[in-house]
Amino acid sequence: MSEDKSKYLIDGIQGKWEVVIGLEVHAQVSSKSKLFSGSSTTFGGDPNTQVSLVDSAFPGMLPVINEYCIEQAVKTGLGINAQINSYSVFDRKNYFYADLPQGYQISQFKNPIVGEGEITLDLKTGTKNIGIERLHLEQDAGKSIHDLDPSNTFVDLNRSGIALMEIVSKPDLRSPDEVNAYVKKLRSIMRYLGTCDGNMQEGSLRADVNVSVRKEGDKKLGTRCEIKNVNSIKFMQMAIDHEARRQVELIESGESIVQETRLFDTKKNETRSMRSKEDAHDYRYFPDPDLLPLNLDKNLIEKIKKNLPELPDQKKERFIKDYSLSTYEANVLVSEKEVAAFFEEVIKTADKKLATNWIIGDLFASLNEKNISISESPIKAKEMVSLINSISSGLISGRAAKEVFEVMKDTGANPVKIIEEKGLKQKSDPKELEALIDKILEENKDKVSQYKSGKDKLFGFFVGQAMKVSGGTANPQLVNDILKNKLK
Amino acid sequence: MPDITNKSLTEIVDLIKKKEIKSEEVTNSYINNIKKGKKLNSFITESFDNALTKSKNFDANPNYELLLPGVPLAVKDLFCTNGIRTTAGSKMLENFVPSYESTVTSNLWSEGAFLLGKLNCDEYAMGSSNETSFFGNVINPVKENTVPGGSSGGSASALAADFTPATIGTDTGGSIRQPASFTGTVGLKPTYGLCSRWGIVAFASSLDQAGPMTKTVSDCALMLQAMSGFDLKDSTSINKKKENYSKKLTKDIKGLKIGIPKEYRVSGMPNEIEELWEKGKKILKEEGAEIIDISLPHTEYALPTYYIVAPAEASSNLARYDGVKYGFRSSKGSNLIEMYENTRSEGFGDEVKRRILIGTYVLSSGYYDAYYIKAQKVRQLIKNDFDNAFTKVDAILTPSTPSAAFKIGEKKDDPISMYLNDIFTVPANLAGIPAMSVPIGHDKNNLPLGLQLIGKTLGEQTLLNLAFSMESKSNFKQKIIKWWEK
Amino acid sequence: MSIDKDKIKHTAKLARISLDENKIESLSKDLSNIFNFIEKLSKTNTGKVNPLTSILDQSLRTREDEVTDGGIRDKILENSPNKNEEFFIVPKVIE
Repeated sequence: MSEDKSKYLIDGIQGKWEVVIGLEVHAQVSSKSKLFSGSSTTFGGDPNTQVSLVDSAFPGMLPVINEYCIEQAVKTGLGINAQINSYSVFDRKNYFYADLPQGYQISQFKNPIVGEGEITLDLKTGTKNIGIERLHLEQDAGKSIHDLDPSNTFVDLNRSGIALMEIVSKPDLRSPDEVNAYVKKLRSIMRYLGTCDGNMQEGSLRADVNVSVRKEGDKKLGTRCEIKNVNSIKFMQMAIDHEARRQVELIESGESIVQETRLFDTKKNETRSMRSKEDAHDYRYFPDPDLLPLNLDKNLIEKIKKNLPELPDQKKERFIKDYSLSTYEANVLVSEKEVAAFFEEVIKTADKKLATNWIIGDLFASLNEKNISISESPIKAKEMVSLINSISSGLISGRAAKEVFEVMKDTGANPVKIIEEKGLKQKSDPKELEALIDKILEENKDKVSQYKSGKDKLFGFFVGQAMKVSGGTANPQLVNDILKNKLK
Repeated sequence: MPDITNKSLTEIVDLIKKKEIKSEEVTNSYINNIKKGKKLNSFITESFDNALTKSKNFDANPNYELLLPGVPLAVKDLFCTNGIRTTAGSKMLENFVPSYESTVTSNLWSEGAFLLGKLNCDEYAMGSSNETSFFGNVINPVKENTVPGGSSGGSASALAADFTPATIGTDTGGSIRQPASFTGTVGLKPTYGLCSRWGIVAFASSLDQAGPMTKTVSDCALMLQAMSGFDLKDSTSINKKKENYSKKLTKDIKGLKIGIPKEYRVSGMPNEIEELWEKGKKILKEEGAEIIDISLPHTEYALPTYYIVAPAEASSNLARYDGVKYGFRSSKGSNLIEMYENTRSEGFGDEVKRRILIGTYVLSSGYYDAYYIKAQKVRQLIKNDFDNAFTKVDAILTPSTPSAAFKIGEKKDDPISMYLNDIFTVPANLAGIPAMSVPIGHDKNNLPLGLQLIGKTLGEQTLLNLAFSMESKSNFKQKIIKWWEK
Repeated sequence: MSIDKDKIKHTAKLARISLDENKIESLSKDLSNIFNFIEKLSKTNTGKVNPLTSILDQSLRTREDEVTDGGIRDKILENSPNKNEEFFIVPKVIE
């Protein structure tokens, strides 16, 4: 086997090290109310206003489970091709922390609602399957705020009790790039399903990252460290790279890795041990006696299965097959549910090829430039269609279209109006163009004779003049034809 | 005005319904008794103003259709009461005032009753003598220097001393039945899930059940009817229609089969208890029931199982008392962890800390399988024992306790001998089935003794009927002289 | 089984309870006695028995996804030993 140059390996003194990564993604279920109480999950509420007596663990308060959250877990399980467990149990994970009012988190330990599954990543080097160990439901904790006061910590329980799906991957990931692809794919699947909004800024999607290293070629896994609660893909990638290098350095200097929980300091770009989690490895899980085991109705699972929307992988296949897109184009277009929907809306009434190029090209470039998503784009599908159709009908030239797009991307204005206002309508009347070209030839007699004496390159000059004089509106094909005819 | 406080709840309800007495008069009578009975230390919080206001409201606008019209009731201080402090007998909650009402007390209030006060109990209901309360031990009205049992010791004491016409307690391993037995009163632990646990300070969630403590079996039926019922807020609440226990109450027990488990004949049990048991069998036989010898082979493992399961759940349930949201917080400690450790060390009493440590230990890594899992397996076996027995019998008759009420301080420093007091009561909690204690006689020191009836899941009516029959034939009479009033 | 001082200290740490050094001795004695008593369980034959997870013979009841609670910050904070108008306040957390 030849060495794969694109492989991510850490160069150590003793050779090359492979990095083994497993992810525990925490995805907030897109429910209105919390997992075990009726308080709101809306982001950004005033501190402690979305808290019930249950969420703040008052004496005698009891949990009652939200059926919608159960359904979303099942749906997500089906979306990652996983085993749905008809019997699952809620356990208590016991530890003390200021933002954990009960002194335990209700989670699922031995019997999760979803078992093993798999998702497929599209990497530059091809596809790769990443195993899913399990998916379970659990409560989120509140928020400790350390920087409002020098000697105190402030506690906001608005997040306390919000439903999370913890999706645990197998240690199948090998590089920051794969992690990037994995998180994006998982996020995309959940957004297609509508089970999680995937909003990383608002904390709807975070991950604990397990990192270990081993000598390239070794089969045995090294001791891992868990980097807690990383809330952006970029930080995950930075944390992994840093942590892997730290581990390699330690091992090579003769020390051993201590299995521990670490924190990624985004400012210093380093991970450090979390003292507060010193005894975190003894969570004393046991079945929550306030809840009964969950027995899922087979009919419910079947019903959810029947109503599953088309997922990115299926959509990709269909795009390639039905619209003759390249794998690359299809991947890009299905990566976001909204992008795919935009594309499909546009091609209902516009040319597929042009639509693909315009969306992947100019539209994406403008969205990236503005750092906005397609849902926030000033250009809606209807306007895109209008622009593309103006090109395919010959109303405007490709060059003029670029000019129209420049206006559209800021204002979202109707392209037909822009064309009119700017007078960009393509001149396709042969008589009008003939007059225009006659005038140009008259004014450039010297160049005409040069051309006729063999300087073929001057043809482009005449075309350019025609476009310039017409303000870019002359139909280039017609200009060509007329010129060729006149210069014979 | 004649003293009505020695009457049963049913009699008082009758008098009120017949308009022979006003709710306010009833309330004042009990308040007078309570004021004279401070020595017993059965109350943690009195809510006399609340009671008098509510009684006047009732008299001004009476509704005689209710089950408990205009009846003042004191309740164990484990039930959260809206606007009235709820301590669970702990320093941790010394100043805790809930903004909510437990479902069970709320049910009582919607049947016309109102709160007279909060009754002393063992701290977080952990104890069998009411000696672990932060608010001091409770005295048994039957005899000075004697414990009323626990954990619902304040409830039993107040009831026997005529401070409340009836009361409610909670029973995790015998906390209603043992004090009932020690004070000559009736106590019933319902089927797990019959009474909502919402708003009751939790001890061990899979075992805790609220239940009535009353002077008579009829009162018990009435109280159970009023307090029980399906509750959406409790995931372990049983969804079934409310029973009319009072209406169906009958002494006709002909043909019922009563099991006598041989394993309950423990060594060292006083002869008087043995005789009491015989007396119970005789009564039931004479009333037409059939007595059948049965075996519950895993009985001896019930107590060890209980002392793993209950502390395990308690260690987790009591983790919320950390000085952050409510309750006591130590002033010592410069960081969060030190604050936790000092708060919990100073806020909990010795027995509670002991049980938290046991529970933490049996759940901790390396011991979980050997203790917790093993206990849950044995618990299944204990449940199977009862399931088997109930294919042959309708109810089981046993002593309620292995001894009569003991002296204050007698067992305080010996946890094991204290725990052994629950030997007959614990199995019903482990199996989630109903059980009740009925006063049947006295020992040579004139201390009351009770017998326990254990029933099938949701077999409360059968138990009440059997108890009703035994009550009428046993000629049990309280022998309380109100020494504390002197 | 004897529960020695180190085990007690470790367990107390997990349970977040600080212990008086001079009380540990008697606690060790008490807990050892209790565990000797509990040990009796090891004598039972539980070979194929499944551990009991619920005493009730029913499945978990669910509720609809509706916002029915919250907006009671005053009630949530009123019993706290240290708070301001918006937050619970605790001594500094060391990460």
